[in-house]
Amino acid sequence: MEILVCARRVPDTSENEIELNSAGNDIERDDLVYSINEWDNYAVEEALQIVARVGGNVTVVTVGGEDDEEILRREMAMGATHGVLISDDAFSGSDGRGIATILAAFVRKGHYDLVLTGVQAEDGGAQVGGMLAAMLDYPFASLVNSIEVLDSKKLKISREIAGGNKEISEIDLPCVLSIQTGINEPRYVGMRGIRQVASVPIPTFAASDLGVDPGSVGTTAAKVKRVDYFVPALGKGAEMLEGSREEIIEKLVELVAAKGGLK
Amino acid sequence: MARIFAYIVHKAGVADDSAAELLTAASKIDSAASLTAIVTGWGADLDAVCSTLRASYSEVWKIANEAFAYPNAELVRKALVKVLPQGSILLVSHEHFGIDLAPGLSIKLKSAFVSDVLGIDGVEGSHLKVVRQEFGGQVSAHVRCDISSGAVITIRPGAFKPLEIAPVKGSVVDMSSDVGVLAAGRRYLETVVAEAGDVDITKHNVLVSIGRGIQEKDNVAIAEELAEALGAAVSCSRPVVDAKWLEKSRQVGTSGKTVKPKVYLACGISGAFQHLAGIKGNPFIVAINKNPKAPIFQVADVGIVDDLLEFLPEFTNKVREMRTVSAK
Amino acid sequence: MLAAVVGLEHQTLGLSVNWFMGFAQQALSSFGLEDLPSPAHVAYWLVQWRILFLAIHLLGVACFAYIVAKRIAPMLRANPDVRFDRPWLRLGKVLQFWLGQWKHPRYRTAGTIHILVFAGFVLLVIRAFALLSFSVADNFAMPGFPGWAGQAYDIVTDYAATVVFLCMVVATIRRVVFKPARYAVPARYGKGHMGDAVFLLALIAVLMVADSLFAAASAAGLAQQGQTTELLAALSLPWMLKSALITTSLPTLWNVRLGAYLLHEVTFYFLLCYRPFGIQFHVETSLFSVYFAKLDREILKPVRWGVSDEHLDTLKSFGVKKFEDFTWKHMLDFYSCADCGRCSDNCPANAVGRPLSPRFLTIKARDYSFQHYPILGSPTNGTPLIGGIYSEDEIWSCTTCGACEEECPLLVEYIDKIVDLRRGLIDEGNVPQGLQKPLKALESRGNPYGKMEKKKADWAKVKEFQQSCDVKILDGNLSANTLYFVDSITSYDDRMQAIARATARILDHVGENFGILGAAEKDSGHEVRRFGEEMLFMALRDHNIDAIKSSGVQRVVTADPHAYNALKHDYKDVPPVEHISQVIAREVKAGNIKFNRVENETDVYTYHDPCYLGRHNQIYDDPRDVLDAIPGLKRVEMKRSRDRSFCCGGGGLMLFYEPKEDERMGVKRVQMAAEAGANVMVTACPFCLANMEDAIKVAGLEGKMTAIDLAELVDQHIVRQEPVTVSSKQPNKVAHREWTLEPTTIRGG
Repeated sequence: MEILVCARRVPDTSENEIELNSAGNDIERDDLVYSINEWDNYAVEEALQIVARVGGNVTVVTVGGEDDEEILRREMAMGATHGVLISDDAFSGSDGRGIATILAAFVRKGHYDLVLTGVQAEDGGAQVGGMLAAMLDYPFASLVNSIEVLDSKKLKISREIAGGNKEISEIDLPCVLSIQTGINEPRYVGMRGIRQVASVPIPTFAASDLGVDPGSVGTTAAKVKRVDYFVPALGKGAEMLEGSREEIIEKLVELVAAKGGLK
Repeated sequence: MARIFAYIVHKAGVADDSAAELLTAASKIDSAASLTAIVTGWGADLDAVCSTLRASYSEVWKIANEAFAYPNAELVRKALVKVLPQGSILLVSHEHFGIDLAPGLSIKLKSAFVSDVLGIDGVEGSHLKVVRQEFGGQVSAHVRCDISSGAVITIRPGAFKPLEIAPVKGSVVDMSSDVGVLAAGRRYLETVVAEAGDVDITKHNVLVSIGRGIQEKDNVAIAEELAEALGAAVSCSRPVVDAKWLEKSRQVGTSGKTVKPKVYLACGISGAFQHLAGIKGNPFIVAINKNPKAPIFQVADVGIVDDLLEFLPEFTNKVREMRTVSAK
Repeated sequence: MLAAVVGLEHQTLGLSVNWFMGFAQQALSSFGLEDLPSPAHVAYWLVQWRILFLAIHLLGVACFAYIVAKRIAPMLRANPDVRFDRPWLRLGKVLQFWLGQWKHPRYRTAGTIHILVFAGFVLLVIRAFALLSFSVADNFAMPGFPGWAGQAYDIVTDYAATVVFLCMVVATIRRVVFKPARYAVPARYGKGHMGDAVFLLALIAVLMVADSLFAAASAAGLAQQGQTTELLAALSLPWMLKSALITTSLPTLWNVRLGAYLLHEVTFYFLLCYRPFGIQFHVETSLFSVYFAKLDREILKPVRWGVSDEHLDTLKSFGVKKFEDFTWKHMLDFYSCADCGRCSDNCPANAVGRPLSPRFLTIKARDYSFQHYPILGSPTNGTPLIGGIYSEDEIWSCTTCGACEEECPLLVEYIDKIVDLRRGLIDEGNVPQGLQKPLKALESRGNPYGKMEKKKADWAKVKEFQQSCDVKILDGNLSANTLYFVDSITSYDDRMQAIARATARILDHVGENFGILGAAEKDSGHEVRRFGEEMLFMALRDHNIDAIKSSGVQRVVTADPHAYNALKHDYKDVPPVEHISQVIAREVKAGNIKFNRVENETDVYTYHDPCYLGRHNQIYDDPRDVLDAIPGLKRVEMKRSRDRSFCCGGGGLMLFYEPKEDERMGVKRVQMAAEAGANVMVTACPFCLANMEDAIKVAGLEGKMTAIDLAELVDQHIVRQEPVTVSSKQPNKVAHREWTLEPTTIRGG
């Protein structure tokens, strides 16, 4: 099975303190460290496990710049067969639709039985997978937390739905699935592994290689644009509730209700 | 102003809570808008939902089809593409069905897509300004969305409080015939229900979390009662698991689960860093602890110095009281 | 070589050789050989005895040689190991640990039995050779044993054989009746070893009896013929047997004597060839194991001997994944294990029910080797060790505390093997999810918590503290003589920051011109290395070495024993390193630190030895001396202290690992402190402190027990000109002062 995993490099919230810059309109980017989007990492692991069972290749693709090669190498160290960088000045400022457009063009150039994405990214929100599927007219399933290959034409998948329940479906190939964390236990990639693929050349595709109309992507085409970042006002340190227990409880119920704790 | 629709998720003849929240969200886009609910489904359940929705929506579009007996996003998408007028704004709850449906639908409608919106600032010309969260909720972002060719917007559940609105007597419009024959590449097989007792604390918006301050196993029930009253789950810090008072799956922290609730009630938790590290998403933290110097108070939003074994039962009673009142 | 005998634990001794000697020597002694023909001259059916004996000899030796060759086979395919250097030092180890049985008295009963048996074997060696050769050469006499010396040797060996025999009896009773707990085999490790042990004890006893019976029959026969014989040692086994046989007719005596000889010879060779199939093999291998033992215990084994750091990238595989990835010395360890169970008896992981027992780590590997390198047939391709004989949890369960190695009488190495196995797991990407995030954070941020580098010195920027002690950051603009290496947990954990501030105040008090690296300091990588992520460790190490060198300091001080161990042994070319307890002890002795009286003299203190300060670096006395210098401080020792200290639960990455265990090591440890009558546990390691404070809560000892770091305690009691406001006598209150955590940025698992 030929599997394509669409991945992204993001500032990992576990290793960054996301703060506003002094101007207050963007996050402080000086001290950020980046890694592969957590969900995408699960997707790559899932792809590797599938090809380990049924054979095939795993290609990891990302739309970005030179810096983003880092995650491709990490995933290649994990076991992905190929890493592909899609990079073009015309792509910068793309919204979810723009990214999906670029990826769709890439998918059309190859022959993939299965396309995986992460459910969401640290700074995005569950868009690209569904869009990509619609553009390709492939079946799509989100929040996938298990995959079983039934035959060369279809998979049996499970989606994570409310209450920890699982929705089991059958889905035709080729299809796009967005992968939920916890579907597997991604393997560790040590420094040694990364060093071993450090010099493997990574093919790069530009808009013209993919036949993407630069006008259909990038800032100009983006319908959705982030204006700024901000931190919603929040009290610092605990506000100590004082008074009689009754008064405290009264106040607490009010506060908890206001924060959505009494839905 | 484009026409605004709300796709309503329902189950067993009952509309999801989001039905009321989407009304609020729509009113923030256009306070004068009359919102149309769209419901897909089959049989008596669908009719039941439609008639409920008439009370709050001035118009309810009903799309009945046997293929919708179990919701399939691909089929629903095909139906919606056929019935929705060009340039419409469609609101969908950002839950497992909305996540399945919305992105692809926006492509087919050639409209903009914004996901997981938790605030709406309003419309400026052809643009809608909304609020989203990024980086696990550490920061929020204002996002401008060009709605000139319509938009599909998923709304974070619970982010918009239902408004008190006067009941309307909306009309139900049957759009079923416009849909035609449907087939999908994905076919529902079954639902595997999570095992009883298998509570996933990472999926709860409200957590009543207990630490050593709960003192003994029998007292865990006090927290469970509060959780039940709040519709919350009980989680805990490591000592509680070590003492085998709760299962490992309930533990929050570096060696337990990472949770992203909205409200976190830390009861008798001192606030060891290994525990705090498991709390993400900037929740509203309420700390209840006997020790006024407990580090938890440094990170909590609200602190209460009290004996939780006395405080919690009274708090539970108050919550129950509130519930009964609001139910009336 | 046969005689090399040695150290067995009571369970199965392999006596081999010696017993035999006893007889031979007697028979050989100058008289009466012509009257009492040697066993080799008796015709038996058509075969000459001599031919039979010779055949047994040859067959026995050939079998043994063949078996040993088979045992050596995997070692020839093993990874290299550097063990041929420093022969004199190695001989010293042999004298101390092999001949001197140095570790044995740590277990008094078993140790005594072992020492007696070992001594018996050593004494009986010559007698055994003589007796063996006696069967084929009538007039063979051991050179250098004429006259009185020979007689004295005979008497000594009579007793030796007797003592060994008695030891076998005692050991068997111990095994069968008293059943010491450490010999038990938990069900998950298969069936018990008692049958095998008793069988071997019995074989040795038979040897002793056969030897003595031969001597007794010879002596009785000679006596009946009215010949003078040498004296049998009074009350020895041969002496008693002789008394019993003295009236037996000569032909019977002759048969008894011949039978005894045959029994002896057959038993001898049976044992010789049987031992390499089990724990008794240590009789042969222990001498080599001890000679080739690791000399630099404090230094972790390199990934591959003979491959420098720069060439590590050329290796196809890292660590131990299959049996042949072990070094030949590690394989020798497997053969040499005597199954005495002392390692596991002291292993904290084993004690709390983690799926790790050092004893079975070895036994399982030995069995694997036996199975895959069979005596008959060719070696079979083995399955990977992990998932085969070992589980992942087993390998991650070790805290590398070193208790097992400290105890092993044969100096078997465990930490290097565990680390090598972990290197293999890391190489395969087989790492528990809980450890992946901290490892990733170490890679990108230089600390396991994913905290930002620029916040590394925040502990020193707390206002109240900064007013009394302004800590320099050696960022190129400022310089100092001494570097205080803080390390991750002490820099970032709000509780442990109190240790950093106490350490800084102490250094300040003694007038040390010191500073910290601040953002330029990365995690020492101590646990990173011990968790098998060598390349990441090297990156951290190289970064820190550069930072330390460019700071221009003359020496380094740390309050974290893990950092201390890393800087001292894992790093190269850094200035001399000291742990703060060494600095304090020296300054106390020099009179530069004076202490106020303890506030509450009813408090009873106990000192918990951190593994990487104590066992790994032998710093036991400095912290104790410091405590004892505080007036009015009452101190008790826990049962397990100093080199038998019980690990707190492990530091560094171990805090992120979720072990399968019945209870926490820390809980056991605080209970030990309570048993000792203490209510204040003093330690000298931030990880110990973190584990102890947690354990006190879990054990329900809050209010009854507190834990405090030595530096904090010292800081609280130092006599200062202007007293620093460290108010509370409650040690851990010093902690959570002004500093606010940003919890959302730390993620461990």
